[in-house]
Amino acid sequence: MSFRYPEDQQVSSEKFTRSEVEDFLYYEAQLLDAWKLEEWHDLFAEDGHYIVPSTDNPDGDLKMDLALIDDDMEGIRGRVQRLMSTYAHIENPRSRTRRMISNVRLWDHEDGELGVRCSVVVHRSRVPGTTSYVADVHYRLRKQDDSFKIAFKHAMLDHHTLRDVGGVLSIVL
Amino acid sequence: MAGFAPESSRIPEVQRVDARETDYLRDERSPNKFLVHRKVFTDQQVFETERRKVFDKCWIYVGHESEIPKPGDFVAREIAGRPVLFTRNKDQEVRVLLNSCSHRGAEVCRERRGNQKRFRCFYHSWAFSNDGDLINMPDEGGFPEGFRKEDHGLAKPEQVDSYRGFVFATFNPEQEPLEEYLSDAKYYLDLTADQASGEQGMVVTRGTHEYSMRSNWKLLAENSSDGYHAIPVHKTYLDVQRSRGDDIAGHTEKDWKESHAFDLGNGHTVTVKRAPWGRPVARWTPSMGEDTKKTVERSHQRLIEAHGEERAEMISNLDFNMLIFPNLVLNNIMAVIIRTFYPNQPGHMNVTAFSLAPGDEDEPARRVRNESFLSFLGPAGLATPDDNEALESCQRGYEARPGECWSDVSRGMDKADPANWDELQMRTFWRRWDTLMGEEA
Ligand code: FES
Ligand SMILES: [Fe+2]
Repeated sequence: MSFRYPEDQQVSSEKFTRSEVEDFLYYEAQLLDAWKLEEWHDLFAEDGHYIVPSTDNPDGDLKMDLALIDDDMEGIRGRVQRLMSTYAHIENPRSRTRRMISNVRLWDHEDGELGVRCSVVVHRSRVPGTTSYVADVHYRLRKQDDSFKIAFKHAMLDHHTLRDVGGVLSIVL
Repeated sequence: MAGFAPESSRIPEVQRVDARETDYLRDERSPNKFLVHRKVFTDQQVFETERRKVFDKCWIYVGHESEIPKPGDFVAREIAGRPVLFTRNKDQEVRVLLNSCSHRGAEVCRERRGNQKRFRCFYHSWAFSNDGDLINMPDEGGFPEGFRKEDHGLAKPEQVDSYRGFVFATFNPEQEPLEEYLSDAKYYLDLTADQASGEQGMVVTRGTHEYSMRSNWKLLAENSSDGYHAIPVHKTYLDVQRSRGDDIAGHTEKDWKESHAFDLGNGHTVTVKRAPWGRPVARWTPSMGEDTKKTVERSHQRLIEAHGEERAEMISNLDFNMLIFPNLVLNNIMAVIIRTFYPNQPGHMNVTAFSLAPGDEDEPARRVRNESFLSFLGPAGLATPDDNEALESCQRGYEARPGECWSDVSRGMDKADPANWDELQMRTFWRRWDTLMGEEA
């Protein structure tokens, strides 16, 4: 099965429960809302990848097309290093963010990884105003010890452009 | 690296350009001074006037031919505040049509891109060809005698023309031919187009960055080639590149080598240099990763084969930030970005940016390019969001003393050969803008 949750079927995981996966997703959201970005970085597997496609090309070719964010672990490290510095001017002072996660669906991949799809709203508040990003987020998770590692996080924004949401995407979704 | 300096660069700016004092500019001599009145960023009247005198007069960038490769392909977008369809007809000709029905004005197309021969307006079902001709409508007999379909095509700009794949339109019947208008900017468009050694040439990749800034559009015209801000604003980018192994001093004169700023004529400007970052086309740096070294070297080799050592050296190593007046930025830096922007209020602009790449680039080469592009550029990149913040912060600051304050743009104005961290490029833009604003409409 592809990395997408099938649109026309109802599937679930035989190995994992929704509540343990939700616990993990809520933990990730908690770290991001608290700006614990180094800890967030550690949630990824060594070959982890984080992608946000361009808003006009949500279903594009992940290998060839220009995305908004296309970070391998080196990229994620750079992003975290930048955002934790006081010289990331657009995030200084830092946005307050509040993530809402729902409609969590699971499915088992043949290779043992777990597919997860959820709907996410991230409210971002700054002195000049508040905006909200709405995204359809897919994960591939790998069980490790008593938690998970993120092998792949793919966040598709619903917005047709970033103009509706304050102009840029300077935070992690 | 010779051959890229225009004629104008032989004479220092303050000897070449006359002093002026207008409502908007103070361009003074002895002492040399260059001031821009801040009402140009906030005033509603200035905004209305520049729509007519700047955007309705100049050649405006529409798109790149590679975005519509096949007959019937189209892209819907806005240029100079107007919704247009950028199409290719069955004879392979490129068209620019105003996306507003000649009947009562509805958009004839509400998709963003696709391939179709006809555009049928959903309101009363008039149908237009991708040349803009009215083909048919329901109950044609009901229109009065003398009604001729050929009088009711979609409106078009006065002129459309292209140079090396870059398509421009103008709403000004008197506008000079595109090639004359582009003046010395053509040299740099050539350098960019020549990055592709394959038959397909350079192509705009899929994936568009459509974002916005709550600031005046002219601030982005300035910022896109402002070398002076690079170190303070983009420190996080430079720090990250340094931690990945690049040789970056974080010091202007050390990091930007062989730097010059040029006046290319008609308000177009360029800053050239050899910057501290890598270039996927031919300059590998450690931050790109060991595994990419061969891919970049192969690309360099192909350029030498196609263009010879000397030309290949220019294509490979000359970093430049160019502004084609009024609102097209072509930055050929850690990747090639095409960026256009248009104001919808004095304090707000929409920005659209594309990545331009060799059409025959394979997957590993494209990977290097995309990573290089996103390491700096784009509304979620490691640098561009801080430009947004700088410009928005200026715009908020203008409220402090509305109508009585001047911005200083005088850096390097008495130098014979100013660098990219000087401000000749911005003064060149401002003088052209001021001249157009002062002309009769
Ligand atoms: S407005 Fe288009 S057919 Fe009437
Ligand atoms: Fe910048």
